[in-house]
Amino acid sequence: MKDTVESFQTPDGRTIGGVMMEMKHITLRFGGVVAIKDISFDIREGEIRAIIGPNGAGKSSMLNVISGFYHPQEGEVWFHGSRRPSMKPFQVARQGIARTFQNIALFEGMSVLDNVMTGRLTQMKTGMMAQAIWWGKAEKEETENREKVEKVIDFLEIQHIRKTPVGRLPYGLKKRVELARALAAEPKLLLLDEPMAGMNVEEKEDMSRFILDVNDEFGTTIALIEHDMGVVMDLSDRVVVMDYGKKIGDGSPDEVRNNQDVIDAYLGVAHD
Amino acid sequence: MMPDQLLFAMEVTLNGLMAGVLYALVALGFVLIFKASGIFNYAQGVMALFAALTLVGIMDGQVPFSHLINAMFGTDIHDFGWHVPAVLAIALTMVLMVGFAWLVNRLVLRHLVNQEPIILFMATIGLAYFLEGFGDIMWGSDIKKLDVGLPQGLNAFIDDTTYGWFGYGFFIDNLDIVATVIAALLVTGLVLFSQYTKQGRALRAVADDHQAALSVGISLNFIWVLVWSVAGFVALVAGIMWGAKSGVQFSLSLIALKALPVLMLGGFTSIPGAIVGGLIIGVGEKLFEFIAGPALGGATENWFAYVLALLFLVFRPQGLFGEKIIERV
Repeated sequence: MKDTVESFQTPDGRTIGGVMMEMKHITLRFGGVVAIKDISFDIREGEIRAIIGPNGAGKSSMLNVISGFYHPQEGEVWFHGSRRPSMKPFQVARQGIARTFQNIALFEGMSVLDNVMTGRLTQMKTGMMAQAIWWGKAEKEETENREKVEKVIDFLEIQHIRKTPVGRLPYGLKKRVELARALAAEPKLLLLDEPMAGMNVEEKEDMSRFILDVNDEFGTTIALIEHDMGVVMDLSDRVVVMDYGKKIGDGSPDEVRNNQDVIDAYLGVAHD
Repeated sequence: MMPDQLLFAMEVTLNGLMAGVLYALVALGFVLIFKASGIFNYAQGVMALFAALTLVGIMDGQVPFSHLINAMFGTDIHDFGWHVPAVLAIALTMVLMVGFAWLVNRLVLRHLVNQEPIILFMATIGLAYFLEGFGDIMWGSDIKKLDVGLPQGLNAFIDDTTYGWFGYGFFIDNLDIVATVIAALLVTGLVLFSQYTKQGRALRAVADDHQAALSVGISLNFIWVLVWSVAGFVALVAGIMWGAKSGVQFSLSLIALKALPVLMLGGFTSIPGAIVGGLIIGVGEKLFEFIAGPALGGATENWFAYVLALLFLVFRPQGLFGEKIIERV
């Protein structure tokens, strides 16, 4: 598959490239329940792509398909121009796709620093035997990884809690640590599952800023799920709208906002 | 000059500490697997037995399955007639234990993903009986002598020194001293491995949260093979120590039972707990036998550890160092 669309500039001057990932006719069933029904959309290099929809629309299921936690019964996932075979989550992670979870999946017993270091596992090349025998090389690698991790920690402003066990942190900070761990992997594609769920206004503003900064500074492509429509519209370049497992809208925030189906299904027909 | 009774009690305590090290070694294998996968591996003791059997078999050039082969083909072969040096035999045994770890994951655990802990526990009971029978068929059931060249017998230096100090020489077995040193090295190695290596960090990650571990690119299968291999290695070390001390025999698998009270004391999830628990049980049962044994008719070592564990279960169910685990077992 060749990139079908030329790259273009966003109003704020960022460059959005060709198609990085394409979902083609994805259908996912759990027994008799259809969670995702024949959905297709793409994610372009460098963009912030949002998937929105009411509760139970199948947003998280879609994210889980992308990250390999679920395997769709029908449809194809294309990544960097080739069809992706059925993969386990750890294999997807090694392809450069990092993610966060709606309910936060951190290593509670480990410090913030150690948690973020696990994000580097996909980047560490030295094997176990080499680590045991050739200690020097492993040590050099560890140092390099430490530097990268410290950068991410600085970037997300969590230096002051580096040594704190994650289990003791408040919710908002845990979300940030999870983002740091995902970023430490230097992913090509970053998947965020409701990054602002359960946050207060101030925390939401912080998180929005971090998401924009990550995209801006590192050029990371981001696909995020949100259910708070206002936040998403400000953040994203393009939006997919899902309802009851179906795609009911796809386009720029403005297009989506004015789409009658979206207004009816997502915001409710009762408005005005 | 100290009174004889006190000196004797000191000697008993020292011997108890040494015995405790061996208990701790077996318990350590349990903790490793439990921490990483939530499985209580009933087969840990049998793994130690199997490792020791295999080690002796390889060293003595025994033909594996010779009874079976002889019975089926009417031949009369028993050994290859060579002797393999201890170091090489230990390495070969270790390779076999890694193979065993891989097979356990491939044939058993992989099919039981997401099952209740009790199901996994039952599977390891099955594994224990299988391995015991397999070890019997493979290497025969006779008691074997294991001599990998570790020093044995009275440590003359300690005997002389203490005689010089107290007028009473302590009897400490060289083998126990070696076991203590090796156990200390092993534990240090394990701690360094888990704190400072990539695989160690992955292992701790898996122990903490499976889903999160997958999302950072850790293969659970690889980690489980790794953990079972490390547990196999610990079993091998324990098997060598116990085998050298009291011969390689099938009652060796019963030491696994002594590891249970050790774990209840120390907590199932704590490596320091396994060590401290082992030492407490080792010293406790020796001292108790020394103090109360004569009044109670002796042989208190058979039950003391279990009664102590029972008390712990009543008053501190998570053990000395453990974390909320009781609902998981």
